Amino acid sequence: MIGPPLSLKPHMDAAFGGTTDMFGYIMRRVAQSALVLLVVGFVAFAMFRFVGDPIDNMLGQERTLEDIERLRAQLGLDDSFLVQYYRFLEQAVQGNFGLSYRQGREVSEILLERLPATLELAFVSGLLALFGGIVLGIFTAIRKRGVSSSIIMSVSLIGVSLPTFLIGVLLIYLFSVGVDLPFAIPMLWFETEAWSSFGLVWIENTSLGLPSFGRGDVVEIGGWTTGFLTESGLKALILPAITLGLYQMTLIMRLVRTEMLEVLRMDYIRFARARGIRSRVINFRHALKNTLVPVITITGLQLGSIIAFAIITETVFQWPGVGLLFINAIQFVDIPVMAAYLMMISVMFVGINLIVDMLYFAIDPRLRVDRGGSN
Amino acid sequence: MKTKLILAATLLATTAVAASAETLRWARAGDSLTLDPHAQNEGPTHTLAHQIYEPLIIRDHSGAFQAALATDWAPKEGDPNVWVLNLRQGVTYHDGSAFTAEDVIFSIERAKSENSAMKELLTSITEVRAVDDHTVEFVTDGPNPILPANLTNLFMMDKTWTEANAAEAVQDIAGGETTFASSNTNGTGAYVLVSREPDVKTVLSANENYWGKDEFPLAVSEIVYTPIQNAATRVAALLSGEVDFIQDVPVQDLTRVGETDGLVVKTAPQNRVIFFGMNQGPDDIANDNVDGANPLGDVRVRKAMSMAINRDAIQKVVMREQSAPAGMIAPPFVNGWNQAMDSSSSTDVDAAKALMADAGYGEGFSIQLDCPNDRYVNDEAICQAAVGMLAQIGVTVNLNAQPKAQHFPLIQNKETDFYMLGWGVPTYDSEYIFNFLVHTRGEERGSWNGTGFSDEATDAKIQTLASETDLDARNATINDIWTVVQDEQLYIPIHHQVLNWGMTTAVGTEVSPEDDPKFKFFTMN
Repeated sequence: MIGPPLSLKPHMDAAFGGTTDMFGYIMRRVAQSALVLLVVGFVAFAMFRFVGDPIDNMLGQERTLEDIERLRAQLGLDDSFLVQYYRFLEQAVQGNFGLSYRQGREVSEILLERLPATLELAFVSGLLALFGGIVLGIFTAIRKRGVSSSIIMSVSLIGVSLPTFLIGVLLIYLFSVGVDLPFAIPMLWFETEAWSSFGLVWIENTSLGLPSFGRGDVVEIGGWTTGFLTESGLKALILPAITLGLYQMTLIMRLVRTEMLEVLRMDYIRFARARGIRSRVINFRHALKNTLVPVITITGLQLGSIIAFAIITETVFQWPGVGLLFINAIQFVDIPVMAAYLMMISVMFVGINLIVDMLYFAIDPRLRVDRGGSN
Repeated sequence: MKTKLILAATLLATTAVAASAETLRWARAGDSLTLDPHAQNEGPTHTLAHQIYEPLIIRDHSGAFQAALATDWAPKEGDPNVWVLNLRQGVTYHDGSAFTAEDVIFSIERAKSENSAMKELLTSITEVRAVDDHTVEFVTDGPNPILPANLTNLFMMDKTWTEANAAEAVQDIAGGETTFASSNTNGTGAYVLVSREPDVKTVLSANENYWGKDEFPLAVSEIVYTPIQNAATRVAALLSGEVDFIQDVPVQDLTRVGETDGLVVKTAPQNRVIFFGMNQGPDDIANDNVDGANPLGDVRVRKAMSMAINRDAIQKVVMREQSAPAGMIAPPFVNGWNQAMDSSSSTDVDAAKALMADAGYGEGFSIQLDCPNDRYVNDEAICQAAVGMLAQIGVTVNLNAQPKAQHFPLIQNKETDFYMLGWGVPTYDSEYIFNFLVHTRGEERGSWNGTGFSDEATDAKIQTLASETDLDARNATINDIWTVVQDEQLYIPIHHQVLNWGMTTAVGTEVSPEDDPKFKFFTMN
């Protein structure tokens, strides 16, 4: 009767009796998080030396040796990485992340300007992955021996194994540029699970007129730019969101399918069938509900990685988010931007983990009660 | 199902192609780094600045001088140390204030200040003075016959505007200051800045009061500039009709773009030559397997290595015809370039082997080649090709290809003995090449000379170029220096890069060798 969410943090059940314990626990977790952040910064600054030298990019080809030395000294690039790291921390705790070497603007300003693009993309990809994954997962679980399920399962393997970069370029060429494609489409009837006929469809131009790059027109609301309110903004979201969400979607689909198959074998489902309850009610009201809990947990945790790994998708689609900013920063050796980005991402991960931990703490006993009741 | 799909597809296809005749949507790989015209000396930054600001003299799309804010320029009679420039009358900045001699003095001084990236081009200028409101004199520390060539990317700012906005100083990034001029503009150029989000989108519209309204086509009334970093996406955006004009078309996509209805690719030789440098100075070098000797120090080895490189094969296979094999490290536009030297490279593996044997390296040696992989067109692939070619004469090359941010510091810090470098010549004069690549490395000159080559006689000759006013004598000296560079095989020239611009057939322009489209020259059908 124990599902995954209950067994995820078994050690906590014993550890937290009252509020004092909870406070102590949270304090410990916050302290651990701070330590993680410090270590991330340490590793990052140790690595920056191997990324290259920003001076050449900043000064251009006519620079003299004197210029180079002057700028190196001013930026403190000759100091050991520990000194540079300490200087960064000293400024960062005061909320000052310095100026981008590349753009000459405040790093915090640039990050805030770029963050909405990434968050909106991640949000839409997450939704897409969640709903697409759940629907396909249910479908492949209910028709586990069907031909269409096998096709979906095989195609999903492609989704997992093709690199994001390739998927993005492929989508652009199919739906922005457009190609002429002959498609031999097996006309498949889902009801009977049988091949009924083949139809040859010649698609003269596969283009759907979707934008291949950028965010379209955005509307600014109180410092937050959104693409949700314009037609071009919404259109621009489609291809990047599919590219970014495809992997997560296949992951969720497989998770839902496995969970669903598990649940469908349960006694209460059998009894429900024996009572003659319609299969739609059994599948969606009884089975699905019991499948969703682990799915939601996983999705929450995956949201962080969607944001962090949007880098490739953003590069392919010239999506003006923090991922693209980070790539540019690496190429230019824009140390202030790289440092701030890495810190931001780690704060985000640490924050999500902290929240998840605290949620378990709050939800754990209740979950147990609910499960006990429904079973 | 069939009809539905086809219908939907055609409908969308027609909407995608339709574009306004006067708006030019332009994409290239990178964005301008700053709007401050003196803060960066770099291609994309200058290209955007050229639309908004203007220098005294510009180069047109063929590379020839053209009057911009100065109408004419000449050395002062009787004083070779002074250039006299007459300024254009009736020019106004975008905010309406008049352009005068005062602005020239102010702009040159600003561009000479410590944080300016343009100051190296102006080192010879000791004073700029106004004769009257529309005449200025540039005083140099000696005769400077090629001064105009140093002014073609030197933009004129409005003194009043700049001072009113406290932007007199060029931004000091190390000092943590931001400036008004790096995100706002007030130029005299043909286009006015409408909006800008760095790295995302910049919109410019035609300047209604532009002085050259009747002189230039000025067919583009609005420019929408969006950097698209990924080459495949950039090409896709042109193919899908989302942009009208792109720079940096990857060589593998040229045919595809060229064969698409409604699109053309225009090609021209670029002002950039690609070559290998060899560290021939020291008695022993670190990155080879020869102890106690430097094989690169022997001119026979350098000649043999050059002879082993099959430039035609690189042109055909690696560059897909998009390059011109080179025999000297000067692009063809540059004063001092000559056909004989540029076609002097030949491939002869047997003769190269004989030279290697002569030099005592018949058994060959091994050496590391450092190469960038994100700087020049197919840079890493060129190096890979060279590895195979050099193996034929017994030189075993270990290729170390890495991003430019890691590659160029190797040359800077003398940590490489065999490296790839590309060079463009903004002044269109050989002196620029000699100053950076041939002169002994020192405080003032030779900062990109990673060859360890140092010859007092050559250095002396290079130094005379700065102030020799007799152009024939100067050209003779340039030729002498080139002869030394060629005889010593200081570098192994590979090829001249070729520029490709992709555009819709409506766009009319020639390709500028500097890769800097100036939209006032564009026509639109």
